[in-house]
Amino acid sequence: MTTAQRGARCVALVAVLSLVFSPFLANRVTPYILGLPFLLAWIVASVLLTSIGVGLMYAADAHAAKGASPAGGRA
Amino acid sequence: MSAALAVLAVTFLLALALGLAARGRRTMTLQEWSVASRGFGGVFVFLLMAGEIYTTFTFLGGSGWAYGRGAPAFYILCYGTVAYAISYFLLPAIWRYATARRLLSQADLFASPYESRAVGILVGLVSVVALVPYLVLQLKGLGIIVSEASYGRVSATTAVWGSTGALILYVVVSGVRGSAWTAALKDGLILVVAVALGLYFPAHYDGGLHAMFSDIAARHPGFLTLPAHGQSAWWFSSTVALTALGFYMWPHSFSSTYTARDATVFKKNAIVLPLYQLVLLFVFFCGFAAIARVPGLTGSQADLSLLRLAKLTFEPWMVGVIGAAGLLTALVPGSMLLLSGATVIAQNVVRPMRPALSDHAVGIIARLFVPVIAVVAVLLALSDNAGIVNLLLIAYSLVTQLLPALLCGLARERWRWPTAAGAFCGIVAGELMVAWLTGVRASLSHLFPHAPPAVQDLNVGVVALAVNVIVLIGVSASTHRRLPLSKVGAA
Repeated sequence: MTTAQRGARCVALVAVLSLVFSPFLANRVTPYILGLPFLLAWIVASVLLTSIGVGLMYAADAHAAKGASPAGGRA
Repeated sequence: MSAALAVLAVTFLLALALGLAARGRRTMTLQEWSVASRGFGGVFVFLLMAGEIYTTFTFLGGSGWAYGRGAPAFYILCYGTVAYAISYFLLPAIWRYATARRLLSQADLFASPYESRAVGILVGLVSVVALVPYLVLQLKGLGIIVSEASYGRVSATTAVWGSTGALILYVVVSGVRGSAWTAALKDGLILVVAVALGLYFPAHYDGGLHAMFSDIAARHPGFLTLPAHGQSAWWFSSTVALTALGFYMWPHSFSSTYTARDATVFKKNAIVLPLYQLVLLFVFFCGFAAIARVPGLTGSQADLSLLRLAKLTFEPWMVGVIGAAGLLTALVPGSMLLLSGATVIAQNVVRPMRPALSDHAVGIIARLFVPVIAVVAVLLALSDNAGIVNLLLIAYSLVTQLLPALLCGLARERWRWPTAAGAFCGIVAGELMVAWLTGVRASLSHLFPHAPPAVQDLNVGVVALAVNVIVLIGVSASTHRRLPLSKVGAA
């Protein structure tokens, strides 16, 4: 696994943990962010981060597969 | 009033026409009917997968929870997102295994790796038992939506029978293609309706989101955060984790997965679906906006908050549009449930008993079971039976119990472990635990009265899953015999 793939997986993992444990990290009403109570805003931000993390995984995996196949590696 | 009725009727006929037209000039083999001959590209797979996000539960229940419970409703937004992240790894693995072996149903994916008819039949039965209450919920929701949106002109009973008739017709004729085509109509409409309402209500009534939420926080302190006990942070985290694990264990999710042409589709979907799911945020806004305008809806009445607020605010034709969107949120998942239920019964319960049957015959049997399952669900939906509510609560826990055996089954290609007996006993033990825990209405606070509050608030499904895994490992260890090396190499 390349460094990029590992990094992308870390981002996705952080996002998922931040969702699962959101009430431990952000169980409060204030400050309001874009009109949303803090807990809800935290969850929305984590959802966005999940999408970004998965997107990075996709890009890194595609890149690694491209690099591996022409060389006939054992990817 | 008649404007609302007209909009509802047009949408209903449009959905039926689309569902029937989806067949085209294709010959309906069993593979074509159940999984569209595995020919769907990105858009249709996306629509089928997303179709399962916006069921009547999310439309009525999402706003109902926000209205009645507040912050605990946010869990709905979390578990789907976590499940999509998992799907990046899980769905391509499922797809690869299933496509190489031309599998048709969820139960096939258990019967095949364990090479066990018994495991297949067991999973088939579990999936049908879990799927019927889910279908009943959709039909009940549909009845409520149509009778509310038509201002009582169409009774819930008429709506349920009429829609089920349409469902049977287009599922039998077009199979999974009918679901995909109607899903396109549904997702388009629900997206526009949910976002529009979610933006309009807070702006119109409160002058913006911030004003609305501050007002709620001032009137109901603690409503926008999780409480210290009951639906606490511990409840939230354990429920999100457990529900995310069960998310893809529904029989109809497997049907959607099998329709894909290639595995990249799932990885791309995993990027977009979390964003798409944010539409639920607007559904929550509707529920929160209803708190001050239509107060006093308690218990299951809370699910009516969105429709009641809409009727208070809009002209009848607009209520008709909202009702039409709601109608479609019941039809699309309903059709997928019917299709996968009928496939499972024909393929995994009838076929193992009559192995001589041809694919053609199994296909006919599957289509014959469509009206059977549908009528059972209608009768349950109309008989106001409290037992169904219980059954519904446990349906999610029931399918979640399939996860350990599924993951081991996928890994079994390499490891030849655990054994079929282990998988079988693990599932049975998990399901019995679920049934028992639900039967005695146990929560962890009853089981462990002296445990710290953190443990007491955990979702009780955790216990069943733990028992399941322990039995799976224990039985596998005691029934496992080393295969001759030559056989391991061949496998």
